[in-house]
Amino acid sequence: MQLAGSATRELDEESASWLRRLSGAASAERRAAERELHGRLLRIALSEVRRRSASTPVTGPELDDVAHQAAGDAMLAILAKLADFRGDSRFITWAYRFVILEVSSKLGRHFWRNPPVALDAEQWKRLPDRLGLDPHQHAEATAILTQVRHVVDTELTDHQRRIFIAIVVDGIPLNALAEKLDLQRNAIYKVIFDARRKIRRALVANGYLDDPGAEQQ
Amino acid sequence: MSNQEILNRFLHTDPRDVGCGEAIAVLHVYVDLMAGRQDAATRYPGVAAHLAACGPCGEDFAGLLAAVTGEQPER
Repeated sequence: MQLAGSATRELDEESASWLRRLSGAASAERRAAERELHGRLLRIALSEVRRRSASTPVTGPELDDVAHQAAGDAMLAILAKLADFRGDSRFITWAYRFVILEVSSKLGRHFWRNPPVALDAEQWKRLPDRLGLDPHQHAEATAILTQVRHVVDTELTDHQRRIFIAIVVDGIPLNALAEKLDLQRNAIYKVIFDARRKIRRALVANGYLDDPGAEQQ
Repeated sequence: MSNQEILNRFLHTDPRDVGCGEAIAVLHVYVDLMAGRQDAATRYPGVAAHLAACGPCGEDFAGLLAAVTGEQPER
């Protein structure tokens, strides 16, 4: 089976079968394929919520609910986007991506129902532990952190500072912050990426980090 | 590891990093290559750089690879 369009690719047998059955005119065959695919998506979703269980406050039956919702929503998205499948991977890998991303997004949303972090002014004091700085080199760690905080306070924009403190200092998961601020994950990531470069440049300029040539432009 | 090294690692950014959007757009292709024991990182160096640096995308990658292979990935 080949896909229509300019980027036509020969499909492997299994992918061709999925596509034929899910988009076919025979309603009984289509429903059977949909049931089979949903069963697989649910199995993957249940496995994925358990794999992520250590890093989410969601537990027990609620994790299973997330998995069921993720499988259902992924199923709808897959059927709606069936024509977008280009054959550049196996169909099942393309389909599983939907359910993995649904689980990821839904668990990020659940974070705010019971955030496990104490969002207070003391968070900066916990940053050395979060970064793994050596407490035996206390004076150096304190000097470095003081400088990092100074750069964050004086050189980042308000938006960069808010995002940096939320992610790096308060330890809010990036997905959860993206959900709360109604931003794409990439928008948050780019802010942190740019903030890191800015902080690094300042620390190098002030002699707190060596080897400015190591910073890749 | 010294404090300098820790800070360098924390502040490291890779200019090849393609960002979340592009990495997620080809995640299924990248994972299929890895599942087939092909060198996905050489073919998509910007995606490899991103998956190594972005926690959430790295988690999605790990989940998808586990889904198709039952294995945990080596990024």
